Parts: sequence; C-alpha cells; structure tokens
Amino acid sequence: MELLIFYPLAGICILFALGVVINNSPISSAISLIAMMLCLAGVFILQQAHFIAILQIIIYAGAIMVLFMFVIMLLNLKGKGEDDKWQSRDRNVLLNVLSGLLAAGILYKLISIINEAKFNSPALTSENFGTVREVGTILFTEFVLPFEVASILLLVAMIGAVVLAKSKVD
Amino acid sequence: MNIETVPLTHYLFLSATLFVIGVTGVLVKRNAIVVFMSIEIMLNAVNISLIAFDRYLNLHDGQIFSFMVMCVAAAEVSVGLAIIISLFRNKPTTNLDDFNIMKS
Repeated sequence: MELLIFYPLAGICILFALGVVINNSPISSAISLIAMMLCLAGVFILQQAHFIAILQIIIYAGAIMVLFMFVIMLLNLKGKGEDDKWQSRDRNVLLNVLSGLLAAGILYKLISIINEAKFNSPALTSENFGTVREVGTILFTEFVLPFEVASILLLVAMIGAVVLAKSKVD
Repeated sequence: MNIETVPLTHYLFLSATLFVIGVTGVLVKRNAIVVFMSIEIMLNAVNISLIAFDRYLNLHDGQIFSFMVMCVAAAEVSVGLAIIISLFRNKPTTNLDDFNIMKS
C-alpha cells in the first residue's frame, strides 16, 4: 500500500518542483510550489509524521505561500510593458549550462553516497509513533528550551520584517 | 506481520533530487522571489530526509528538528521578502543581476 502511494506521489512532487524552476512567471512557480508542498505533506503522512504533515500544510502551503503570493501581487512588475523583468534572463547560456552540469554532478554524487550506505536494520516502529500526542509530549518536555528560543526567533523576525518593510517616515 | 514498506534509500533519493532541483533554481533563476522559492524547496528536501531517518530509527528528534526548520523558514521568508520590498523601493526590479551596488 505504501509502495503504491509513495512512487506516484514522489513523481508528482519532483514534477512540480521542476515546474517551480522551469516556469517563467513567478505566479505559476508559486502555484507549483504549493502543489509540491501538498504532495510532500502526503509523503510525511506516509511516514506516519502526522504532526509535521499538518504543519506542512498550515505553515508552508498556508502562511509562507500566502506571503509569497502577497509580495508577488504587491510588486506587480507586469503591466508596465516590461515583461522582461519577470523573465529569468537566460542570456548567459554558458553559465546556465555550467550550473546545470554542477547540479547533475551533485545529484550523481549524492545518489552514489546513498547507494553505498548500508541501511538494513530499521528499528521497529512503535504503536503510536508520530502522533500529535507523542511529538507534543517530547516537544514540551525534552525540547522545551529550543521551542522557546524558536519563539524568540520568530519575534525577532517579525520585528525585523516590520522595520525593513516600513516606508521611510521623516 | 510483513508489511511492504518503501526502503529508506528511496526517501533519501527523493530528498536528494528535490535538493538538487532547489540548487539548480538558485543558480539559474535571476528573479529574487523565485530564488527564495528554490530555497524553500531545499529546506523541504532536508525535512524529508530528517523524517525518513526519524522513522527508520524510531525516534522523534527528527520531527522536532523539522519543526525547527519550519520556524527558521518562516522567519527567513518574512525577513527576506521584507528585504525584497525595501530593495524594490530603491530600484523597481527584482532581478538579482541589477543589484550590484556593493560591487566596487
């Protein structure tokens, strides 16, 4: 069952990720990114990480992508007769080919490393692995300090964003 | 009880492929917003491998880690997009090639 769901889901995921890179208009990129994140939430559910799957949908597909869409709409570079500004400026073909080769090299190396590694002793998954109760208990006992630090990080990011995006008031 | 499950390596392959797609996006695209999206793809790819190892080892630490990754991603996106907006105010473009004022 897991096999039956995982491979199509992974394929769709990779296709949408390629769509983010290939599309020229950033709106299409953002929509394929949302689709990719929803597929990834499916992958997380397959791995019984329900809490992370829900967070993936709420935070990534919800909050972060809405922010992206909002900024794309706000900047609104189109409509000035300069469609070129949204293009990816593929003038330097040589550089693009080189970076493509570099990426292919990284992928080859990563896959060969993964193939060499020996993963043949999986631990037995416990009954209530990955449930919200389990993860929440650990989050609020063992990892309570990182959790609080994360809240401070978010507060600092919020203040930073407000200060940066605020228009200059004299 | 022998349920067929996807081996860990296949999750890692998916993770590696997505990460490399993200790297390609960062290298090739010149639009700052799409570069940010590619960074998000890379962060998500890392999350996949964290959670795959998590299940493989029957721990929960990987899930906490990916939770922290999501926090950092949210912070990064909010600050990054604010920077893009304030750059856009100085120069009405998001093309990264046009932002070379730091070049001496």
